[in-house]
Amino acid sequence: MSRDTALVSAEWAEKNIDAPGVVFVEVDEDTSAYDTGHIAGAIKLDWRTDLQDQVRRDFVNKSQFEALLSERGVGNDDVVVLYGGNNNWFAAYAYWYFKLYGHRDVKLLDGGRKKWELDARPLVTDAVTRPRTEYVAQEPDNTIRAFRDEVIDAIGTKNLVDVRSPDEFAGRLLAPAHLPQEQAQRAGHIPTAISVPWSKAAKEDGTFKSDDELRKIYAAAGLDDGKETIAYCRIGERSSHSWFVLQELLGHPNVKNYDGSWTEYGSLVGVPVALGDEPGEA
Amino acid sequence: MTAPTAAGCAAPDQAAPLPASLDLEKETVITGDVRSEAGEVVAGAYVRLLDSTGEFTAEVVTSPAGQFRFFAAPGAWTLRALSRHGNGDAAVTAARGINEVAVTVA
Repeated sequence: MSRDTALVSAEWAEKNIDAPGVVFVEVDEDTSAYDTGHIAGAIKLDWRTDLQDQVRRDFVNKSQFEALLSERGVGNDDVVVLYGGNNNWFAAYAYWYFKLYGHRDVKLLDGGRKKWELDARPLVTDAVTRPRTEYVAQEPDNTIRAFRDEVIDAIGTKNLVDVRSPDEFAGRLLAPAHLPQEQAQRAGHIPTAISVPWSKAAKEDGTFKSDDELRKIYAAAGLDDGKETIAYCRIGERSSHSWFVLQELLGHPNVKNYDGSWTEYGSLVGVPVALGDEPGEA
Repeated sequence: MTAPTAAGCAAPDQAAPLPASLDLEKETVITGDVRSEAGEVVAGAYVRLLDSTGEFTAEVVTSPAGQFRFFAAPGAWTLRALSRHGNGDAAVTAARGINEVAVTVA
């Protein structure tokens, strides 16, 4: 993958709003943003209700994903262009789902909603309905998904990239600073993880930095190109953003997103935890 | 109102009252509004909380009344607001409890 195939600009998106076979999908946790205005023709996916299993702690399985996309009118041959708020965190998460379930052509809109709004590009409130499809997903590609035992085994052997803010990494905060901090799990990070906050990959308007800048950021943080990589954050959406950078923009092979992330790891009994600004020892 | 939840990362409603469960003896809340040079509130502005080294920490979108709110920690922070009307910065040294700060964009 590369920037040319994985990413589209706001200019490209505006020109292709009505292009046949292109489906814009807004992905937010809070869909009130979509309801106050969205890209013309875009459908919405709600991160929590559409993309998460409503009983078990897991995301939707293959048949649930097929049912969702069929009902929303997304076809296997459609070019899916994802965008959303929160600097595309949840859009990047959805991108990772689409890849995991084998969608052929999926792209992320560079800068997401923020860039679109700051550019004063048009948003509409029209209801969007698309004709039903019979979407067929592939078996999940777990080469891009890490589970907890694999993460524990990766301590001191693979690249572990913690993409939360420096204060969350060090254990001074348990959640991003726009949320209350009262969760019960332990604070800190997985020993030997390097800290590369997701935000280092993005400019303030939400668009990604250049490939050269991105390569320098990860190299300076100590990412070893010769090793496999697992990215994590708190609930797996910010790490999807960094997974996208490493695998889809920079073309690193063998990058996994640990979607259990700190809310799982930081609640496990008996696993090692490091505090402070340094990666810590294995 | 929409209560912030442990599971999510989306910005809660910036105009909602502070949750009753919030302990202001422990929390450091940085709140205020974004205004234009003419003093009008700016809704839909993107407000970024930067730490003392300038590193990004969090971002919210202002409410219809131009309000924003962060749950941070005591110390020096910078607020950076982006809007289609212009951008602006404000510095704040926060203590536990509620810290009010205004940001002007031009």
